[in-house]
Amino acid sequence: MTDGGGSAGETRAVGDPVVSIRGVHKVFQVADGRTRALESIDVDIQRGEFVSLIGPSGCGKSTLLRLIGDLTAPTAGIVTVNGKPARKARLDRDYGMVFQAPVLFDWRTVEGNVRLPLDIMGVRGRERDRRAREMLELVELHDFARHYPRQLSGGMQQRVAIARALAFEPKILLMDEPFGALDEMTRERMNSELLRIWERTKTTIVFVTHSIPEAVFLSSRVIVMSARPGRITNVIDVDLGRPRNEETREQERYFQLVTAVRESLRGRVDGETPVASPDRTMAEGTIG
Amino acid sequence: MADPAVGRGMRGAEAVTTADGTVAGGSGAGVITRGLRRHVDRVGYHLPAAAVFVGTIVLWELSVSALRLQRFILPPPTAIVAALASEADLLRRSALTTLFEAVGGLAIGVIAGLLVAFLTVRSSTARNALLPVAVAANAIPIIAIAPIMNNWFGVLNPLSKMMIVALLVFFPVMINVTRGLTQVEPSVLELMRSYAASEWTILRRVRIPNALPFFFTALKVSTTLSLIGAIVGEYFGGSSEVLGRVIVQSASRLRFDITWAAIFLGAVTGIVFYLLVVAVERLVMPWHASLRGQEG
Ligand SMILES: Nc1ncnc2c1ncn2[C@@H]1O[C@H](COP(=O)(O)OP(=O)(O)OP(=O)(O)O)[C@@H](O)[C@H]1O
Ligand SMILES: [Mg+2]
Repeated sequence: MTDGGGSAGETRAVGDPVVSIRGVHKVFQVADGRTRALESIDVDIQRGEFVSLIGPSGCGKSTLLRLIGDLTAPTAGIVTVNGKPARKARLDRDYGMVFQAPVLFDWRTVEGNVRLPLDIMGVRGRERDRRAREMLELVELHDFARHYPRQLSGGMQQRVAIARALAFEPKILLMDEPFGALDEMTRERMNSELLRIWERTKTTIVFVTHSIPEAVFLSSRVIVMSARPGRITNVIDVDLGRPRNEETREQERYFQLVTAVRESLRGRVDGETPVASPDRTMAEGTIG
Repeated sequence: MADPAVGRGMRGAEAVTTADGTVAGGSGAGVITRGLRRHVDRVGYHLPAAAVFVGTIVLWELSVSALRLQRFILPPPTAIVAALASEADLLRRSALTTLFEAVGGLAIGVIAGLLVAFLTVRSSTARNALLPVAVAANAIPIIAIAPIMNNWFGVLNPLSKMMIVALLVFFPVMINVTRGLTQVEPSVLELMRSYAASEWTILRRVRIPNALPFFFTALKVSTTLSLIGAIVGEYFGGSSEVLGRVIVQSASRLRFDITWAAIFLGAVTGIVFYLLVVAVERLVMPWHASLRGQEG
């Protein structure tokens, strides 16, 4: 078992939270009124945690991620990242983002796209090329280094975006459905790779997904959200051991947790959930 | 006219052909066979156009003699070729001078258009004030003010023709490049924002590459415009050894074989000029070639 290994409870006990969200509301003004995208969100994410956000489409998962990344500002409330305002953390380049769409530059090759953050952040020469190549091998696209994005499939493009986000080894990874466009086999392999990187780099990951098994397999905690207005309805500690592998997916506890997340999503949070989380240090939104 | 859609439409047509080539190539065995086939396919692609061209010339030659058309109505191609040979010196000097005017004017207009486009990148106020005016100016027949330019800069001074060309070229370049610099996908800007990239970095790494296809679309339109501008400017007076003057003077002497020869030379110059821009475009934007198919 690695250092970051233990149960989620252990990791959470130490230090100040990496991400602290306090009383956050987000309202979008639209032509025919207002969209209450997020309401009364309170979350703390500790260093080295792997937190998944799961919830129905339109419940504000992307918005929450964008708030952490200071790509949008909260209507009310405070977002603190690494002990500083989210804006400061963005300017300090504390996080890497994988968007829901790949967002690649047509005019850069696959390798050039992976190199983009390194170019911007002033990593030069051999070090830059080495890291770009390493990341491409990780996502198994080294044979496509000289291709242009338009010559790749959607899933391949998304893998380029993942390699790009990992290339500059950010302290925090914000990932918005990064594996949504991949086939089941690639997805499971990418899951294992992501866990390996997470354990090696001790980075903090906030991960949006629509897949319950994926959320359970990867996370130390799963945050379940509901829509209109978007709020947190449950937080489930995933007390599966680490490292996680194919055997994890066959454990009894794994199935119990998958069921627990599923029922939370259905809005049935009753006493029978096999989840014990009495020592929660963060205050979640009201339980629906 | 100066719309990137024009360029896109053309690329679309090319995509079909290359796709054909790839299909045919894919079934072959060796690389050499494949390369050869692709080459044959490419020749095959140009064959219909070449046939139409040659056919037209032959039909032209035959109908002139069959219908016994007067030479000053429509000289046959053979007479035009003869004029090209007999007036070679005059025609060559004229074509070169006209080309000089066109290229000079093109350079002035393109530089001015780029300058204005880049200066207004940061200010949406300036853009909103300038762009509608530019679009409107682009719609009026600017060529009509050629006599005024001749008056201002001197009929015999090549600068007068260059200014006509520059004015013609300025608007499409400015409008297109402004669009290319500003119409960047919001998600791309968001990515750059997540890297805390400076405005300068965004300009260099996003806006300029994004504007390149727009720029080349404008440049291709402009090469054509530049020759039109120069020749029409010359119609209103200028040194006698320019294509426009040769056309006007030979026509007034009813030497229409020379007129046609000069027109032919202007056409060839225009096509070569255009192909040159296309070649540079492919060199500068290799990713655009990648849109045409899976070659390589
Ligand atoms: N820029 C915007 N302007 C107006 N409304 C917005 C904007 N961005 C998001 N919204 C609204 O906020 C709500 C939450 O959107 P968000 O993209 O965060 O959902 P999501 O949970 O990521 O959904 P999905 O799973 O489909 O990606 C939606 O109702 C959406 O319409
Ligand atoms: Mg989303």
